[in-house]
Amino acid sequence: MKKKVTVSINGQSHTHEVEPRLLLVHFIRELAGLTGTHVGCDTSQCGACAIHMNGHAVKSCTLLAVQADGAQITTIEGMAKDGTLHPIQDAFWEKHGLQCGFCTPGMIMSAAQLLQRYPKPTEAEIRHQLEGNLCRCTGYHNIVKAIQYAAENMAKR
Amino acid sequence: MATAKLLGASIKRREDPRFITGKGNYTDDLKLPGMTYAAFVRSPHANARIRAIDTAKAKAVPGVVAVFTGKDMAGVNSLPCGWLLPELKVPAHPPLASEAARYVGDPVAVVIADSQSAANDAADLVAVDWDVLPSVTATERAAQTGAPQIHEVAPGNVAFKWQIGDAGETEAAFKKADVVVKKRIVNQRLVANAMEPRACVARYEDATGDLTLWVTSQNPHVHRLLMTAFVLGIPEHKVRVIAPDVGGGFGSKIFLYNEETVCSWATRQIKRPVRWTSSRREAFQTDAHGRDHITDAEVALSRDGKFLGLRVKTTANLGAYLSTFAPAVPTYLYGTLLNGVYNWGAIHCEVTGVFTNTTPVDAYRGAGRPEACYLLERMADAAAAALKMDAAEIRKKNFIPKFDNGFQTKVALTYDSGNYGAAFDRALQMLDYKKFRAEQAEARAKGRLLGVGFSTYIEACSIAPSKVVGSLGAQAGLWESGKVRVHPTGMVTVFTGSHSHGQGHETTMAQLVAHHFGIPMEHVDIVHGDTGVVPFGMGTYGSRSASVGGTAILMSINKIKEKGKKIAAHLLEASAQDIEYANGQFQVKGSPQKAVPFGQVALTAYVPHNYPEGVEPGLEETSFYDPANFCFPFGAHACVVEVDPDTGNVKILRYVAVDDVGNVINPMIVDGMVHGGIAQGVGQALWEGAVYDDGSGQLVTGTMMDYALPKADMLPMYETDRTETPTPVNPLGIKGAGETGTIAATPAVVNAVVDALSGLGVDHIETMPLTAERVWKTAQAARAKK
Repeated sequence: MKKKVTVSINGQSHTHEVEPRLLLVHFIRELAGLTGTHVGCDTSQCGACAIHMNGHAVKSCTLLAVQADGAQITTIEGMAKDGTLHPIQDAFWEKHGLQCGFCTPGMIMSAAQLLQRYPKPTEAEIRHQLEGNLCRCTGYHNIVKAIQYAAENMAKR
Repeated sequence: MATAKLLGASIKRREDPRFITGKGNYTDDLKLPGMTYAAFVRSPHANARIRAIDTAKAKAVPGVVAVFTGKDMAGVNSLPCGWLLPELKVPAHPPLASEAARYVGDPVAVVIADSQSAANDAADLVAVDWDVLPSVTATERAAQTGAPQIHEVAPGNVAFKWQIGDAGETEAAFKKADVVVKKRIVNQRLVANAMEPRACVARYEDATGDLTLWVTSQNPHVHRLLMTAFVLGIPEHKVRVIAPDVGGGFGSKIFLYNEETVCSWATRQIKRPVRWTSSRREAFQTDAHGRDHITDAEVALSRDGKFLGLRVKTTANLGAYLSTFAPAVPTYLYGTLLNGVYNWGAIHCEVTGVFTNTTPVDAYRGAGRPEACYLLERMADAAAAALKMDAAEIRKKNFIPKFDNGFQTKVALTYDSGNYGAAFDRALQMLDYKKFRAEQAEARAKGRLLGVGFSTYIEACSIAPSKVVGSLGAQAGLWESGKVRVHPTGMVTVFTGSHSHGQGHETTMAQLVAHHFGIPMEHVDIVHGDTGVVPFGMGTYGSRSASVGGTAILMSINKIKEKGKKIAAHLLEASAQDIEYANGQFQVKGSPQKAVPFGQVALTAYVPHNYPEGVEPGLEETSFYDPANFCFPFGAHACVVEVDPDTGNVKILRYVAVDDVGNVINPMIVDGMVHGGIAQGVGQALWEGAVYDDGSGQLVTGTMMDYALPKADMLPMYETDRTETPTPVNPLGIKGAGETGTIAATPAVVNAVVDALSGLGVDHIETMPLTAERVWKTAQAARAKK
């Protein structure tokens, strides 16, 4: 039996009748049409599907859409405001923190939470906080640099 | 028009804005009207005959459009093998197995439905009547007497026996050796794990007979050719293959797989688009795996540490079928690299390729070259240990001295240019080697286990001279295409046969083109990955895009300049011989004030009112570049580790990499590829490994929970530097940079761990990965022996 789910994504309301088993990530990708959030695994390891739900970074492959009913969600598409990149997006670009780009949306969403918790993170804190996000291209070196750079720029604001 | 320095500049990537804002276009992002979704039914058994398949229940599921089995695909051929060695046994590889399944994950049926959930539900209801047979997955057991026979065409499960080098000369070298060092080396099986799982969307248009396939491919033209001409028997020109944004490949997206073939066939049956996206679980089971060698290696040494001879016997596990380029990897990409950066008296290598009930094995980042490098660098350290020599000293003693144009190895290849000692010296300097040894001794006295490991590597890339690879069994040419279209306004679109799936070609190739035309980079766009618009190209693998693909583009640029000179000469009332191209304009030699800008020549070519006789209108050129030789990047990596004596856990304290990839277009991008390569090489050394249970044939490491990919907190910052020895092979002087890190890193890490344990008497660890458990057991065994 389908359930009606209403979710606010990047400030826009989306209502759909969904199967109770539908994963939130598929709601976002297939029903809301926001394909920046990716699916890289099926065991909650890779973090390519990370989004913000009610202010927390979560893996949208590990939630059912019905669990998100009424939630406020931000995806990678909602990070830039009025055509201006979020400082973390800018930092990933500036420091070459991405190659194939597939893990990048999840990395940026996790990094945003990380910098909320640790506005001046050490390298070790960054690496530890990225435990739930896998990247196969960069060896993490430039991702760490990008987050350090973003932290500096966000502190200046 | 003056432009900022473009070649050699770390320019930010122009592909990034779409990726950082979630606007990339990956295959699974595509949604077409009337689209259907595929789910594959796969064998849960490693070796089983199919008695019958009952699809009735699946077909009755609401939303199911069709269910197909191998029997429905009459007239469809086997997936081809693109590299044929002499006497290679080539078993049939049907897109859907109908007689027998030969590895866990082998697809036997496909369900296509209006929704993915309906397809998945129905796939669970396809009932296969299996006759389960004994299986073999272990490399060393495959060719043994009594092992289950996998293919009738391959008695004893042997696909090929291959050799290179001089057996007699090598035997003689061992006879005169003062010391012989012998080791068994297991290079374990790996899974590429590009972050984007494989996916495809196939759309057949009934009215025109056109088929479009969007697929996660590193080489869309190769995909199209193999699929149309060899498997489906449909006209190549009626098929368009598009590889849009692709989320990493590392080799695993080179090959023609069952799934895109089946979807392309199925869309023609149901006349609706079909999408399939691999789950990660399916990726573990079906993306071609890498490595999986067992080797017995022997080095003949003089007492003073000279490398007199190398004898290698390798068994290479090819999996259940021959993947697209599988036979080349453990032969011509492996045996030919066994000379390394050293002078050898003699080399002989024998390889036996075996079939097992496992996922097919093919190229994974480095492909053959990491196996060769690992063997050589491990043996160099074992030799040093046997002679009680320093690991740096034995390398220096055996390096091939600096050369600029050609060094003939003992295993067929001719290296292009090299200065191996210089790269190593730089690495030692960065490391402060003497100081480290002092620290190590001090730490050891306190019971701390520090170690350093070196890897002085070489690789063959810029793949490859077509005639040479053709004589060795390749069924394809390995040139590359580059088309340069100058628009009437002087804007430039470049169509390259290379494919970017993380490499940043849209940036680096634009740098190259803008530099050579002397125009702003913003005036240049790079198009790739679409057989509908790009000339036939061979794609991206083997670190070939800048060197081979870039040279093809340069050839077209030069043709445009030559034509432009004729047009400019006409406009300037001069002779074409007197025109040169400089700073974005065609000018009379020595008189830069007598000039026609690039854009004006472009416009004149399309509005040829005042135009030279006999010159065609338009300004667009296509070139195909076939390299005369491979290129041979090299370098020296050094890794410092600390082993926890209580747990065996290995911590990387420092990682130093000095790479020589020839000339560099964008240092930031090259460094990035080196970083990522190192991470994959470290992954193999310490954590990664695909494990089969040799009884049941099940893939034990079938998810990211069981297969340990490196995470951010497992890796250090890398200290990188470069030496630059341009290659004489191509006019760009570029060697190639995509695989060096992966090739170099694995032995550097393992050698460091062995060095850390050397005080306990350890001189070798047979099998990777060096997990805490394996290291702890090794240390315990060594302590017990002492």
